[in-house]
Amino acid sequence: MYPELGQLALIIALLLAVLLSTVPLAGALTGRDSLQAFARPLSAGMFVFTGVSFAVLTHAFMVDDFSVAYVANNSNSMLPWYYKFSAVWGGHEGSLLLWILMLAGWTLAVAMFSRKLPSVMVSQVLSVMGMICVGFFLFIVITSNPFERILPNIPADGSDLNPLLQDIGLILHPPMLYMGYVGFSVAFAFAIAALINGKLDAAWARWSRPWTTVAWSFLTLGIALGSWWAYYELGWGGWWFWDPVENASLLPWLSGTALMHSLAVTEKRGVFKSWTVLLAIVTFSLSLLGAFLVRSGVLTSVHSFAADPERGSFLLALLGITVVSSLVLYAFRAPVVHVRSRYDSLSREIFLLLNNVLLVAATLLVAIGTLYPLVLDYLNMGKLSIGEPFFNATFSPMAVAAGLLLGAGIFSRWKKTDGGWLARKLLWPLAVSVVATTGVMLIYGGFAPWAFAGVFASVWVTVATAWDLWDKSSSRQGRWHGLKRQSRSYYGMVFGHLGLAMVMAGATVVSNYGIERDVRMVPGDSAMVGDYQVVFTGIGDRRGANFTAEYGSFDVFLDGKQVAELHPEKRHYPVDMSVMTEADIDGGLFRDVFIAIGERITDEAWAIRLQYKPLVRWLWLGSLVMAIGGFLAISDKRYRIRVRSEAKVDTGNEAGAAPAEARA
Amino acid sequence: MKRLMLFLPLILAVGVGIFLAAGIGKDPTRLESALIGKPVPEFSLANLREPGQTLDQSLFRGEVALLNVWAEWCPACWDEHEDLMWLANEKGVRIVGLNYKDEKEKAFSFLDRLGDPYQTIIYDPRGSLGFDLGVYGAPETFVIDAEGVVRYRHVGVVNERVWEEILLPVINRVEGKS
Amino acid sequence: MRFMPIFLAAMWVFAATAHAQGEAPEFYDFDTQAEEQRFRGLIAELRCPKCQNQNIADSNAPISKDMRDQVYLLMQSGATDDEIVGALVDRFGEFVKYKPPVDRRTILLWGFPAIAVFGGFMIVAGVVIRSRKQSPEPALSAEEQARVRQMLADRDPSSRS
Repeated sequence: MYPELGQLALIIALLLAVLLSTVPLAGALTGRDSLQAFARPLSAGMFVFTGVSFAVLTHAFMVDDFSVAYVANNSNSMLPWYYKFSAVWGGHEGSLLLWILMLAGWTLAVAMFSRKLPSVMVSQVLSVMGMICVGFFLFIVITSNPFERILPNIPADGSDLNPLLQDIGLILHPPMLYMGYVGFSVAFAFAIAALINGKLDAAWARWSRPWTTVAWSFLTLGIALGSWWAYYELGWGGWWFWDPVENASLLPWLSGTALMHSLAVTEKRGVFKSWTVLLAIVTFSLSLLGAFLVRSGVLTSVHSFAADPERGSFLLALLGITVVSSLVLYAFRAPVVHVRSRYDSLSREIFLLLNNVLLVAATLLVAIGTLYPLVLDYLNMGKLSIGEPFFNATFSPMAVAAGLLLGAGIFSRWKKTDGGWLARKLLWPLAVSVVATTGVMLIYGGFAPWAFAGVFASVWVTVATAWDLWDKSSSRQGRWHGLKRQSRSYYGMVFGHLGLAMVMAGATVVSNYGIERDVRMVPGDSAMVGDYQVVFTGIGDRRGANFTAEYGSFDVFLDGKQVAELHPEKRHYPVDMSVMTEADIDGGLFRDVFIAIGERITDEAWAIRLQYKPLVRWLWLGSLVMAIGGFLAISDKRYRIRVRSEAKVDTGNEAGAAPAEARA
Repeated sequence: MKRLMLFLPLILAVGVGIFLAAGIGKDPTRLESALIGKPVPEFSLANLREPGQTLDQSLFRGEVALLNVWAEWCPACWDEHEDLMWLANEKGVRIVGLNYKDEKEKAFSFLDRLGDPYQTIIYDPRGSLGFDLGVYGAPETFVIDAEGVVRYRHVGVVNERVWEEILLPVINRVEGKS
Repeated sequence: MRFMPIFLAAMWVFAATAHAQGEAPEFYDFDTQAEEQRFRGLIAELRCPKCQNQNIADSNAPISKDMRDQVYLLMQSGATDDEIVGALVDRFGEFVKYKPPVDRRTILLWGFPAIAVFGGFMIVAGVVIRSRKQSPEPALSAEEQARVRQMLADRDPSSRS
């Protein structure tokens, strides 16, 4: 009985979404407050009914209701309860429901946190959110009903959750990722509302900014979790595969990063408006493109859901309607008036514009690398694979260039920066970075041009950020006072940039100085990986909740002292007859020692993969720092101050990076 | 003029959309054989039924044939076998078997149980010819023309629909030409 | 003319494989670290035709094992990287190469990053030059100041394009 209620709740939510997408908008266009007043209750109602539906599905998983096809396909009575819970979003239908729950959640959040905004704006924004909701509700109700029953032959047990997904990383990864994807819908809705009423001003940028930043932070976390999960769960120690689905998550991240920076310029200086609004549309469109690529089956990926042409067509239609209508609106309504002579050729505006060029070029590069095989196939020009070698050769230089630009840009001022002053300012950071990078090269032993470039860019960003913080925090009342005086959004920027530097350092060092060895070992053997000695002490068997495993025991020594005991496993899952390699990792801030067991070669001997991975954790720690930066920035009090509806464009120097020394 | 520039993103998006639409419903995992238009690779392998006899690529000269890659361990091969019997008996198609990475006894017990649609069976226990043919998973079925040139490859089971819609048209085309 | 050496290489490789086949090792041993690195690099850049989104180094599919064996045997018999990759492409198609070749079909792909970055920089340069032309920097005449005021007023929130 419950599952039908869940479906009913979904349909009610759909109806509420239809009302939300029309009534407040009509109110806004005709100036009727009574209609606009429906926006908030409708948003709340939609969220509640979606929540009910999600709760019903979760309940079906918890009580092993295998009469529900989706539960039968993605769960099993032997699963521990927490995996039953995460199995709710382990397949297409449930993950779509989670996506929609979040979309409704973001809509509700906008409704709740926008009380200070003019009612017309709120109504329009919520109506646009409502339209997006309508699309997705229709999608789930028509093509992907998670409550469909298998009657009358109810299976005795479920066919189990894919063992790859039975993991903490996968409990958290999709919700974070979807929070990011879906969160960009808010920036999109603000952009569309601004285009509709023609008020593409600094106030619009200021309202969009925190929503964009928080979505971006979630997306950063989601991507990092996915990468971390792939690292320890897929078995072989890779952390980024340039798989189409990974690329699909990187696309909105890159353009979202560009959007955050562009919004800053639009808010502070009132320029680049058309560009910023385009980025807002593109970023959300890329989120939808990601959903399409994962769920339509047009590209092969290890992560994608089962291909289904009907779903693919529906999603493409959804994507098409969204993109075409918003870009048509954009083409007719975006301002073309150029605001001239308000900034110099060397100014923070230009640095941020260059940053946007690189980020957008990187976005397009990843997009073209992902979609090119599709295009060639369509033109009957053969099947090509575009993988790591291509992206390493093209993406890495752009990342380095972005880092170099960032370091210089930190010191730049709005409107006008004196070239000579900037050059003098950069001299010491440059010297420090060269020395530090050389030091890193010496520590890891061995110079490689790309390693140098990557580490240098990372150190350069770090030094410049720290230098700037030092400059700004100088105060007559002491350093501590100066540090405290900086705004949270400034610290947000500092964290964001330091996090990026950590990711770049981690990626460069682990790619260039990581060591990987496949060795043949019998119990009692020992092998070296880097400076670490690994001793294979034996093989054993154990039984898990829903699997059996053979595990190896390894002692890891450094300079004769034992640093770890590791137990990598090979698991057999009887229900879906699969075998999984479960690596074991001795993690550390500066290095991981990674051991996985491969094939049994003879009765005694095993193929063992040993890896030494320097700084690999910095990839995920850095992402965490970036995300913390984002959350810090939105907690800044200026987003809580009452915002005048027709806020004037700031012409002063009240920057997020308020130069304290200018005042001191 | 400036206004027209603003239409650029729209045009770009529609262009991408066309390719995406074209991709729907196609199986992106489908791979065309690299050997199409090339002769069957040289090989020298035993005849499964007559171990003393050595077969080579001249086996494919003179008549159009289907080359079916199969093995006892391959579940899908069990599925398609009935259809192969039907093709051989009802349609009179010449099917050459390539017994791929299999064991002799198992191969024979498979044929005993399900029947034998093959004119000749190449015994390839190490999968060397399979490898040279670019076989990456049984069953696979190649269309080979009378000159011994590979014309088409089908990955997956052969059934009536595959025969009618894919293989037969290829064979007709090949026979028309050669 | 370019395909001639490749063709010859392919011939040679076919000849070589006829001998190379047979003793597929259970475990790959290498004489030097450099050889092991080379092997690792090769199998990381080849795509598994069966599972399709893994390289043959990571894939557990039987065909990946066969391909790794082949790479190993060809290496042992002295083949160059191009010959080894070529041998696999001849059998499984261009698809197995994770690194697309630079040719007529992919020129747009490989050229794109440079085009995008330089195009972007040109646009920024254009923006800068235009803004410079428009603003004779130091002192604005009264007339110009009026114009600036006018422009600022124009781009008041209420104004549209």
